[in-house]
Amino acid sequence: MEVVQIQRRLVDYTKSLFMEGFLDGQFLQLQQLQDESNPDFVVEVVSLFFDDSEKLLNELTIALDQPNVDFKKVDGHVHQLKGSSSSIGAQRVKNVCIAFRNFCEVQNIEGCLTCLQQVKQEYYLVKNKLETLFRLEQQIVASGGSIPMIEMGF
Amino acid sequence: MDSCNCIEPQWPPDDLLMKYQYISDFFIALAYFSIPLELIYFVKKSAVFPYRWVLVQFGAFIVLCGATHLINLWTSTMHSRTVAMVMTTAKVFTAAVSCITALLLVHIIPDLLSVKTREMFLKNKAAELDREMGLIRTQEETGRHVRMLTHEIRSTLDRHTILKTTLVELGRTLALEECALWMPTRAGLELQLSYTLRQQNPVGYTVPIHLPVINQVFSSSHAVKISPNCPVASIHPSGKYTPGEVVAVRVPLLHLSDFQINDWPELSTKRYALMVLMLPLDSARQWRVHELELVEVVADQVAVALSHAAILEESMRARDLLMEQNVALDMARREAETAIRARNDFLAVMNHEMRTPMHAIIALSSLLQETELTPEQRLMVETILKSSNLLSTLINDVLDLSRLEDGSLQLDLGTFNLYAVFKEVLNLIKPIVSVKKLHVSLNLAPDLPEYAVGDEKRLMQTILNVVGNAVKFSKDGSISITAFVAKAELLRDSQTSEFFPVPGDNHFYLRVQVKDSGIGVSPQDIPKLFTKFAQTQSTATRNSGGTGLGLAICKRFVNLMEGHIWIESEGLGKGCTAIFMVKLGIPERLNEPELAFMPKVPPNHGPTAFPGLKVLVMDENGVSRKVTKGLLVHLGCDVTMVSSSEECLRVVSNEHKVVFMDACVPGMDGYEIAVRIHEKFTKRHERPIIVALTGNTDKVTKENCMRVGMDGVILKPVSLDKMRSVLSDLLEHRVLFEAI
Repeated sequence: MEVVQIQRRLVDYTKSLFMEGFLDGQFLQLQQLQDESNPDFVVEVVSLFFDDSEKLLNELTIALDQPNVDFKKVDGHVHQLKGSSSSIGAQRVKNVCIAFRNFCEVQNIEGCLTCLQQVKQEYYLVKNKLETLFRLEQQIVASGGSIPMIEMGF
Repeated sequence: MDSCNCIEPQWPPDDLLMKYQYISDFFIALAYFSIPLELIYFVKKSAVFPYRWVLVQFGAFIVLCGATHLINLWTSTMHSRTVAMVMTTAKVFTAAVSCITALLLVHIIPDLLSVKTREMFLKNKAAELDREMGLIRTQEETGRHVRMLTHEIRSTLDRHTILKTTLVELGRTLALEECALWMPTRAGLELQLSYTLRQQNPVGYTVPIHLPVINQVFSSSHAVKISPNCPVASIHPSGKYTPGEVVAVRVPLLHLSDFQINDWPELSTKRYALMVLMLPLDSARQWRVHELELVEVVADQVAVALSHAAILEESMRARDLLMEQNVALDMARREAETAIRARNDFLAVMNHEMRTPMHAIIALSSLLQETELTPEQRLMVETILKSSNLLSTLINDVLDLSRLEDGSLQLDLGTFNLYAVFKEVLNLIKPIVSVKKLHVSLNLAPDLPEYAVGDEKRLMQTILNVVGNAVKFSKDGSISITAFVAKAELLRDSQTSEFFPVPGDNHFYLRVQVKDSGIGVSPQDIPKLFTKFAQTQSTATRNSGGTGLGLAICKRFVNLMEGHIWIESEGLGKGCTAIFMVKLGIPERLNEPELAFMPKVPPNHGPTAFPGLKVLVMDENGVSRKVTKGLLVHLGCDVTMVSSSEECLRVVSNEHKVVFMDACVPGMDGYEIAVRIHEKFTKRHERPIIVALTGNTDKVTKENCMRVGMDGVILKPVSLDKMRSVLSDLLEHRVLFEAI
């Protein structure tokens, strides 16, 4: 495919991610930080996010599987997840984390389990999307083009 | 025969006779000698007998008589011449003394008799004194009774008890048959029998008040004897007995308002009650003066006691009323507090809840605008955007206003460019002005300082609102904006009679006048302009939109800035002038930067805004850490990363200029680290600036950070621009607390 088309696809795709709420402005900030001295900044951060989140989700599954759930520990993990997701702009994940924390506060196991499901769902979704995004970028770079900057009007 | 001088010869035959004569003479002499002795003896004993001379004489007389009789014993027989001589002498003496005594007695006996009369007289006197003594004692007893009565009466503050006690005690003290009290009715035209001593339930006898006998009693302050047949006294059916004497006395009923100390009670009272006292039937007792005095005294005491009772009642009533009001006020206050709390809770929730969707709407609409749209679609999107912007402004306004009312709004003081503010306002209204074909002129006085200290944002909001109103309500014509420093003479305006701004050394009063030639305001509407939500009813204002909040908010802002705002208009159609004065500070000369080797680079958009700035970042979360590092590296800083508080404390040195730390780090509290860093670096210029990054937007977090000595708090997530401006602010001012 032509570079321009891929670029257009990238732009549309990114915009759709924003519109659907998968990403928010923070992601743009990350993209702004990427420059010649730091060419793979976004990828690095996002990979770090993936690793961190996998670990946290595992921990959460184990913790909520216990007969006596330690809500403080669960809350701690969710807090971490919330922090990471908000740092890269994974908006939906962050929102579920907020709800998750509320359930932890009131020590509602059912709510927590539901939230865990949701969080996993959202996480896999956003992971999927971001991986698609990076693939597109790689295609562009491979075809010799440059990644277009997305200007958001707000 | 010639009798010789010798005594007659003895008679032998009258021996018996002789003997008896001897004996009698002897006893006579004996008696005559012993009587004076007795006299002397008893007189000596008595020692008061005044007539000693008489006694002596008497004594002498008796002794001599005795002597004579004694000598007679010898003369009955033959006796010598000596005896005869003695006898004669004795007789002569006796005669003399007797005569003298007789003469004296004439003088003495009346005296003696008068002694007797005096004695009689004294006895009478003594009897009289006794009687009087008895009277005085009775009086004193009654006096005691009065005191006791008074004490009884005054010991209670209950009206009924007072009156009842009075009657009972009076009855007892004076041994009355009947005692009654007539009180004036409410209308004051009749006297009603209220209390009696003997009868249990006085059935409401009433007597008209204007009877002559009653008037007589009322007009005198003394107890007056009245006839037992008059209506007030005929309460006790006396039947066949003769009624005792009746006395009536007035009892002044003092009113609280009538009480005048100096003229009491003559001028202070308007109403009297009547007390009627009846002596026992069929007795001859009479009213005595002291009893009448007693009655008068009691009547006065009762008056005083009643007035005290009345005062007490009044004060108790007032106190009860106050307590009720207190309770009601307390309840009202609590309700108000609940209402305020409810409102604050509501606002706190709505604050977040309302802004979020608004933000989404605005953001996405603007995104939508960037895409390809047909003209109709573009129009629709623009309308959506405009409406949502309006709504957002409205929400902000309402929330602002409630914060203003709470008093929780504080001005964000800072140094700003005054000229720039005005220019900005002009820029903002330029579009509308050109559309409406209005002419706007701005006049800034030459002595207006370029820089001022104040709340730039809110000052701009105020100016914008005022100018905006001028534009809104003018269809054509011109608008002139003038700004100058208010001088002392100008401060004595008619409008600002209660506002006396005092210019000082480090502040000045900015006065801004916005004059327009629009529809104006009628004079009676002017006071309403600054009230919330109140708009003049004319259709012109209705069509111009707006919520009517703008001026109310401006007024609050202006008040916060210790100023005054008002509007003058000559009437509808004659335009209107809005004037406000606010207090602004005069900025000090800009200080030299504290860190001399940090050049003051104006914030530019180049990547290396802070070359080589050594920064320490502490965050447990790997992702956030990396992002923050990325930000700072992009800005050219030399970033060291640590992931735990212990490591942070170990690594931090005075080469690091800024320390960014995540506020909620488990393990050692982020706050504690700040304290430890303070301890580690005691000199201010060695210590790095400590900034907390937090996702918490509440005041408590901010306060805690300030308390432990952090230099700044920033809300996560941080954008690049924000980080840039934060760093430049920090390095310039060394302190930054974002308005959270």
